[in-house]
Amino acid sequence: MAHAPTNPSIIPGVSRFSRSASYAKKALFKKTKAAAGKKAEAPATHKTVEVGGAKNGKTRQVPVARPSRFYLADDVAVPKKSRKTARPAKLRATITPGTVLIVLSGKYRGKRVVFLKQLDSGLLLVTGPHKVNGVPIRRVNQAYVIATSTKLDISGVKTEKFTDSYFKKEQESKKAATEEALFEAGQKKATPAARVTDQKEVDKAILAIVKKDRVLKSYLNSTFALSRGQFPHLMKF
Amino acid sequence: MVFNRYVEVGRVVYITYGPDAGKLAVIVDIVDHSRVLVDGPNTGVKRQSISFKRANLTDLKVDIPRTIGTPALKKAIEKQDLAGRWAKTAWAQKIARREARAELGDFDRFKLMVARKTRRSVVGKAAAKLRKAAAK
Repeated sequence: MAHAPTNPSIIPGVSRFSRSASYAKKALFKKTKAAAGKKAEAPATHKTVEVGGAKNGKTRQVPVARPSRFYLADDVAVPKKSRKTARPAKLRATITPGTVLIVLSGKYRGKRVVFLKQLDSGLLLVTGPHKVNGVPIRRVNQAYVIATSTKLDISGVKTEKFTDSYFKKEQESKKAATEEALFEAGQKKATPAARVTDQKEVDKAILAIVKKDRVLKSYLNSTFALSRGQFPHLMKF
Repeated sequence: MVFNRYVEVGRVVYITYGPDAGKLAVIVDIVDHSRVLVDGPNTGVKRQSISFKRANLTDLKVDIPRTIGTPALKKAIEKQDLAGRWAKTAWAQKIARREARAELGDFDRFKLMVARKTRRSVVGKAAAKLRKAAAK
């Protein structure tokens, strides 16, 4: 709420206090003035050039950048500058580290996964765990996810090493298209060993938590589907 | 079986439509063949005339005189323990069950599914045993 004005108007156009009275009320003189910062020196627009000839005054100021000698015949449209910036998505309040999510799209649709953390890009870092339902540590958009009310305490799971750059694919140098290379391309590449060990580490920590509940493991292992008479907008998760 | 669910003063109705849907009220007076004056001071139903299109008769009855006032009705309902009697009916239990089911979360639904599967297996096995014994 805005506070009451220091100098309210009695009627429109006539204020309660005079200029000097309101200045005294504001007591601006008590405040120390902020020292004006030194302005950075503007780059030189002219340079001094020596000129020959006795009557020419020896030196002359010459502009560094010469303005164009021509005008454009037509006005050139300047694109409007956008002041919008792309910001990472805000995390939904129902999603906190340890929340069990239902993935709705992509290869792993219907799978129930454990949310680890939100990355800088706004994507969610999740894991199946891989040992339970085959979902590796991967990133998902929160728009394609249902948050359930089930939450695991994963405060002990270390996830520092997982960043957006962790998931960057290694750029392959282009090879000349030989016959062998073409056949090779169709074959599946093996998962990097570092990823496998990272996955195992996280799985181990989460599995220890999952095992505390009798049915939690089979819950994570099961896939989500709607059955007859179930309407997702009327259901609680 | 004798039919006992009459439209009469003191008959408890279950309102099914409108802002009072899901609440109980008591018939205080009868307007005509399709409308009655109901009141439900304990359930938050204001005294009003209501059509049977919006209310269902229940088996319950409160012993009251015709056109009883709201405070007196409130006392009578409390004294005759309408809420307790209603909670015991199969109808009320069914509604409570339905509400409880709707409140279940995703994990609860899964646990329910597992429990039902377990029960099915136990009951099925026992039934098969009995069937086998009977066939001999």
